[in-house]
Amino acid sequence: MRRSYVRVLGAAAIAVAMVGAAGCQDSGGGDSTASGDCGGKIAIFGAFTGDNAGLVLPSLNGAKLAVKQHNEKNPDCKVTLQEFDTQGDPAVATPFANQIAGDNSFLGVIGGHFSGESDATMPIYQAAGLAMVSPSATRTDLTQKGNTSFFRVVGHDGTQAGAVATYLKSQNAAKVFLIDDGSAYGAGITAELGKNLGATLAGTDKIQEKQSQFDATVSKIKSAQADFVFYGGYTREAAPLVKQMRAAGVQAKFVGPDGLYDPAFPQGASGGAEGAIITCPCLPADKAGGTFSADYQKEYGQAPGSYGAEGFDGAQIYLDAFKDGKKTRADILAYVKSYDKQGVSKYIKFDDKGDVDPSKVVIWAYQIKGTEISALQELKLS
Amino acid sequence: MNFDELFGHLGQHTVDGLSKGAIYALIALGYTLVYGVLRLINFAHSEVFMVGTFAVLGVWTALGVENNPPIGQAVLFLVIGLVVAALASGGTALAIERIAYRPLRRKNAPPLIFLITAIGLSLVLVEVFGLLLPDVAGGALPSMFGRARQIVGMPTILKQETLFEIGGTQITNIQLIVFVCAVVMMALLDWFINRTRYGRGVRAVAQNPETAALMGVNQERVIMLIFVLGGIMAGAAALLWSMRFGFTQNSIGFVLGLKAFTAAVLGGIGNLRGALVGGLFLGIVEVYGATLLSSQWEDVIAFVVLVVVLMFRPTGLLGESLGRARA
Amino acid sequence: MIDKIRNADRRRIGAITAVGDRWRALPKWQRILGVVAFVVFLYHLPWLGKLPGGLIIPGLNDLRTDSITGGNNWAGVLFVCAIYVLVAVGLNVVVGLAGLLDLGYIGFFAIGAYSVALFGSVNSPVVKWFQREFDLPETWAVTWAICLFIAIVLTLISGVLLGWPTLRLRGDYLAIVTLGFGEIIRIVARNSENITNGPQGISAIPGPEGPPSADNQVFGLIDARPWYWLAITAVLLMVFAVRRLEHSRVGRAWLAVREDEDAAAVMGVYPFKFKLWAFAIGAALGGLAGFLFASRNAFIDPTQFNVNLSILFVAMVVVGGSGNMVGVSLGAVLLAYLPERFREIADYRWLAFGLAMVLVMILRPQGLIPSRRRTRELKDRAAEAEEAPAHV
Repeated sequence: MRRSYVRVLGAAAIAVAMVGAAGCQDSGGGDSTASGDCGGKIAIFGAFTGDNAGLVLPSLNGAKLAVKQHNEKNPDCKVTLQEFDTQGDPAVATPFANQIAGDNSFLGVIGGHFSGESDATMPIYQAAGLAMVSPSATRTDLTQKGNTSFFRVVGHDGTQAGAVATYLKSQNAAKVFLIDDGSAYGAGITAELGKNLGATLAGTDKIQEKQSQFDATVSKIKSAQADFVFYGGYTREAAPLVKQMRAAGVQAKFVGPDGLYDPAFPQGASGGAEGAIITCPCLPADKAGGTFSADYQKEYGQAPGSYGAEGFDGAQIYLDAFKDGKKTRADILAYVKSYDKQGVSKYIKFDDKGDVDPSKVVIWAYQIKGTEISALQELKLS
Repeated sequence: MNFDELFGHLGQHTVDGLSKGAIYALIALGYTLVYGVLRLINFAHSEVFMVGTFAVLGVWTALGVENNPPIGQAVLFLVIGLVVAALASGGTALAIERIAYRPLRRKNAPPLIFLITAIGLSLVLVEVFGLLLPDVAGGALPSMFGRARQIVGMPTILKQETLFEIGGTQITNIQLIVFVCAVVMMALLDWFINRTRYGRGVRAVAQNPETAALMGVNQERVIMLIFVLGGIMAGAAALLWSMRFGFTQNSIGFVLGLKAFTAAVLGGIGNLRGALVGGLFLGIVEVYGATLLSSQWEDVIAFVVLVVVLMFRPTGLLGESLGRARA
Repeated sequence: MIDKIRNADRRRIGAITAVGDRWRALPKWQRILGVVAFVVFLYHLPWLGKLPGGLIIPGLNDLRTDSITGGNNWAGVLFVCAIYVLVAVGLNVVVGLAGLLDLGYIGFFAIGAYSVALFGSVNSPVVKWFQREFDLPETWAVTWAICLFIAIVLTLISGVLLGWPTLRLRGDYLAIVTLGFGEIIRIVARNSENITNGPQGISAIPGPEGPPSADNQVFGLIDARPWYWLAITAVLLMVFAVRRLEHSRVGRAWLAVREDEDAAAVMGVYPFKFKLWAFAIGAALGGLAGFLFASRNAFIDPTQFNVNLSILFVAMVVVGGSGNMVGVSLGAVLLAYLPERFREIADYRWLAFGLAMVLVMILRPQGLIPSRRRTRELKDRAAEAEEAPAHV
């Protein structure tokens, strides 16, 4: 009894001492400027592990490559890229945003990679005066919310949907059937396209994520006698869907957005995806500026997938800012705002809302041939 | 509400639903067998099915199967696939029983503990097949199991063709094979449980374990048997799945398992024929619902139907019994 | 090897029980002092391992999630821990106290979260509809405190609505029906674009000081600590309330129903009524947790209410020690904390988690910190099993 009495008192005393000692000290603290005359720290956040990592890792690798090349070329201007893995969950991205915003050594942010996590964290980064450059958050309304520190080096869904509509028109599509997966990305881009189609819209269906059997959808396509099918979503559902369409004898052309720009798509459909068209606001490897594709291939042993070039560009903007001697968040934010240079993926210059100048966005159509995704043609935007 | 589409092609949708439900039914058998004897939800059964699909993928890749092989080869590949999938799934089910459930049974742990253990096992299997396998196989067997957590395609073994048409309802070769195979497998199982000596043992343990033990039934053997049987059925389902859909992924088990379990409950869990009825019923309800509204409401419809059925028949459509009702 | 672990484990259980017994034997004022010290410690947690002037206490500092590179905000993680504890306490009422298997708890969490999002955010279609219909200014939205009320009332009602038809079902049927309920809520939230904004989610969800803004005095955008303190306050209040409930007439009725429903009915305890109570109270607690979660993140979308999370909730209750509030809280904290602290294992965290679940359940089916009554029940069952090995 005596011992436990002492123990309880001791615990209480320690607790009180700790509270007293802690005072009002901030965890973030630190100096407001980075050490040295040049360089600094930037943060990149996104789903680097988990189910959706495949879509995001090329962008991370692109950004890493840019930083590596920069540090090799400028030994007196070291830049650190810190990864924060959100698994694509907005609820994980929010505390990360608190952390990055509270740590004054971070001068810029690359991300978010998904629209949800971008939407959730935008106010925090804005409050901290940090610039956010997103390589792949394409939801149209992200830049319409009056946020002044969010930029994206990628065309938004509206632009891509417009390009798809123009492409469909040029192919004399008479009956277009729209399908989406009910995800923020898939439903968003499909809705944008639906607005542009007018009378050629022959029918719509929505499927569920992780669905495998598409009998009902396929018979709707058949009933609509569609000659084009557009699917907004990702590989997981698109591959079995296109395969089952073909098996059921549907001849309609299959068109999908950049969510399908993924080698797993033709592989997963094992032949069913032959001839499918994928649109992507990303340049074909051989058209991308400079030596990016070759460098990426050399570094990671594979071609830069979706958004690899955008990740590189996102990092490059900050690297240029550091080289230009910018050392505070405010300076860097202003620098990003007025950025005006040829990037790897496109010419980068932001409009007042944070979107890339729409006339500079390039959207390419790719076609599935065997297990390859080969470049077909550049699409007109409208 | 798209009534025109539904009633315009009612026969077609019914056929689609039946072939969809047949796979549910085969997986549902695994839940029902285990539940009938042990009164526990083998939550990891969905992963038993998933392992089966990977086994099919593995053996077909190893054999170098191409798209649309000649019919003789196709039959051979299907039979090999069935054997391998049944072995893999049966083995997995047995391993789950030995590693996880047996120690718990020794302690007579309450059902909730079994459930959580099964969920843990599910996670382990999903992650092993999603991450470790591609990593390990990546070097030795390039691209056999795909990239981490990615969907992997399989060759098309049978080209889908319309066999015959009755009043505008087309029945394809694959639908027919899936349906017939499922029913035959189930009939075999039903015969096994109801007509053989081993089956009698299973029924005895399901009815009254103590008395069965007194009568000399080896209970451990019966339990092993039902896990293996359930696994074999899941393996058959895995082959039919691979033939019909031609892809797999480490996470396909969860949704399918959920549906199969719903089917088992719908039909009356613990009841073999109930699994068939429940599976087919669920398949039809889903296709009708998806046609009437859209596919995104499919799961909602399935669960609403489940609740409604349970309100009026609290033990499912056919009632729960393995052999006979258990007190 | 397994035997060795088991023996060590048995000794540890002995130690835990001994600590528990000794604690209960202390004079009341000492226990109160201990509780006060613990509460002070909880509020102090955001500063764990930190001293004024930037000094750190090495051992304690390593516990923080921001002590590793790429680590998450410590106060932010603490907030998530507190929310999970709230969920665990609520689910414990359903699973641990009343013995009902609820696999759809995420549904109530989602309803709580959507209550504040739909009524409190200027971006929600519901608020926009109100603005249009009643000519309200564009900044109008329901205030936070009223949203709290709405959240609790809605979850209570939905708990009763779900419980009414389903609680008559036996345990395993209840499990699948509740699982379906959780899925239905998520799918409806995703598909009803006119009401919930569908997959795009809702942003600008308010906090106690109104919509998220850098000008807020306490609940600003950058510092997450006030949110943690708010959540831990809610947790402490609810733990206290549930404790009172557990030791009241209702709590004893739950216990009676859990152990033997028929006997309870014979003794005049109407099982259905008390099960429904447990369900509704559990639902309201889940709703409160979801409410705080949505306010803090200021953004929700349907993907955050996945059914997997629901199953993990049950797992944390059972692994922690179903029936014991300290146990389930520990389970919740571990579930929220470990993946954040050990980010090195990154992609393998679910594998590790699954393995841990299986191991804990095989070695310690009663949970990490079991309730005394539960341990006794399990022992009885194990003894029964030894007497009659045939019994399954």
